[in-house]
Amino acid sequence: MKRKYIPYIILLLLICWHTVLYAQDRFPRPEFESGYVYPTDQLALQRAQGWQYVDVAVLILALSAAVWLAIYKRSREGLVWLSVFSLAYFGFYREGCICAVGSVQNVALALFNNGYSIPLTALLFFIIPLLFALAFGRVFCAGVCPLGAIQELTGFIPVKLPKPVESIMAAVPFIYLTAAVLFAATGNQFIICRYDPFVGIFRLNATYTMIIFGALLLLAGIFINRPYCRYLCPYGVLLSIFSRFAGKHLSITPAECTECRLCEEACPYDAILPSISIISSENPGKARKRFIIYLLLIPFFTAAGALVFYNLAPSLASINRDVRLAKEIRNEKVTGVEAVSKAAVAFKEAGKTEKELFAGEMKIIERFRKASPWAGAFLGLSLGISLVSLTTKRSRIGYKPHQGKCYSCGRCFKYCPVEVKN
Amino acid sequence: MKENRNKYQSRRDFVRNAGKIIVVAPLLSIPVFLARKTSAKGYVWQIDPFKCTQCGQCKTKCVKTPSAVKCTHAYLVCGYCDLCGAYLRQGIKTTGTGAEREQCPTGAIRRRYIEEPYFEYTINKDLCDACGKCVKGCNDFGNGSMYLQIHHDLCDNCNDCSIARNCPSQAISRVPSDHQYIPKDKNIIKQAPNL
Repeated sequence: MKRKYIPYIILLLLICWHTVLYAQDRFPRPEFESGYVYPTDQLALQRAQGWQYVDVAVLILALSAAVWLAIYKRSREGLVWLSVFSLAYFGFYREGCICAVGSVQNVALALFNNGYSIPLTALLFFIIPLLFALAFGRVFCAGVCPLGAIQELTGFIPVKLPKPVESIMAAVPFIYLTAAVLFAATGNQFIICRYDPFVGIFRLNATYTMIIFGALLLLAGIFINRPYCRYLCPYGVLLSIFSRFAGKHLSITPAECTECRLCEEACPYDAILPSISIISSENPGKARKRFIIYLLLIPFFTAAGALVFYNLAPSLASINRDVRLAKEIRNEKVTGVEAVSKAAVAFKEAGKTEKELFAGEMKIIERFRKASPWAGAFLGLSLGISLVSLTTKRSRIGYKPHQGKCYSCGRCFKYCPVEVKN
Repeated sequence: MKENRNKYQSRRDFVRNAGKIIVVAPLLSIPVFLARKTSAKGYVWQIDPFKCTQCGQCKTKCVKTPSAVKCTHAYLVCGYCDLCGAYLRQGIKTTGTGAEREQCPTGAIRRRYIEEPYFEYTINKDLCDACGKCVKGCNDFGNGSMYLQIHHDLCDNCNDCSIARNCPSQAISRVPSDHQYIPKDKNIIKQAPNL
């Protein structure tokens, strides 16, 4: 019996198919008699793919040059010129995109999302500077990163911040990195790119908020040198960790340190560690006890961070626009205030049901519930480890750069009176 | 004393080496994890013309001025109408092609007589500022042959597209770089490639 309906169903399906294809075909295509030929709309393609490998080659060459200049040639002048080159190439010519700082997010997005495969160049831009940091310290910051270069070239009058301020501000990049990875891994936004302060300068074009932010940072950077690198840069966190284990690192003195103390005030980034011969006047037993207590606090901080972030998940999820839209629509239902944002208007026009929207919202919040404890745990762990490292003091012979903080900029070279005897 | 020192030194070395392994192992494992998820091609941003609601934000939210988004014309979809919803403003009482009747605020659409009763409309992309008024007009009254596309000779291909973030209908997404455009006449060209 039902068989006789099959042709009708097929016909109906065909009609539906047809209407989908030509939904807007109100006027039939004209049949020209004058021999009219359809023009083709030329759609220009992106610059050839090969150019991105040129970028990678330039990155490797610039990094190698930075290693040679910072560690072997010991030339501050050379590093300044390298900064000028990087600023011109990666900054003004490539307009700040592609950059290693932002590539962290591409990696995070690719690691946790199946629909996205990371471009090879983004992966290389992420990993090559880290490998160089592992071998030679933060040479990437010294003269390859365009964001670092623009600040290095405008930092004229170094002013030192009080130590507690410096220590507290050093926590900000960790939070920034965590947030950026969390938001990228959950497939929402690339906040590092969105709040990149200098990309507007590279493009000579930006929204006014971006210009104000960038200009303020550059102005502040005249006195508090490299403010972005020190107190914001999320990639710097990774570079700093890797650089601590650097096999070969820039040294202040070309030969043996005579502990003349001339370089003590040379570093604007507070990255010179003084010579300490007497470990501490404190009772060593007391110091050891404190060390152990802080060591035991690490798991506590980690768990606390995870718990706090688990509870923060719904607020963190509001970075997602569907979640924001759902909040707005719910607010409209509860308070009666009409939702007027463009997204709300588009939602009402599109005819999606509220049920679908709220279900989507729950899904996203659920995803944040799974991801954010890891972010919190990472923050807690870093806090714990940094507290432990604050409690330990070790003896040191000669003045040495702090391998995590040193940007290998070479400002300290000229302060050292020691000369190499051939 | 010397032995003592060596003991401390070796312990420090141990901590250092352990730290090195803890740090290096995840770094080196990232390419392994991403081995299958790496592609040489990469992505570009593109507008899906079937999702676009012509809200007008492509004009203002792009980091480039003028915007990298331009109006594009699918001639094969066009009806070549005399009364073109994209070319002429709505609500005009008289016909004619004076500037006061033109929809496009920058005068980027040119009209050319072909034969009775057909007119060809061409977009001067240097003048187009992606306001989307013609696209709305064409979608409302015509065949929808005009549509907005991100032009990749102009686009900076930002890692985080500023228009995509603001697009209310979520019409902008990453597309593989071997299909950089979503043309509206794709199906027609597929069916009759010799047109």
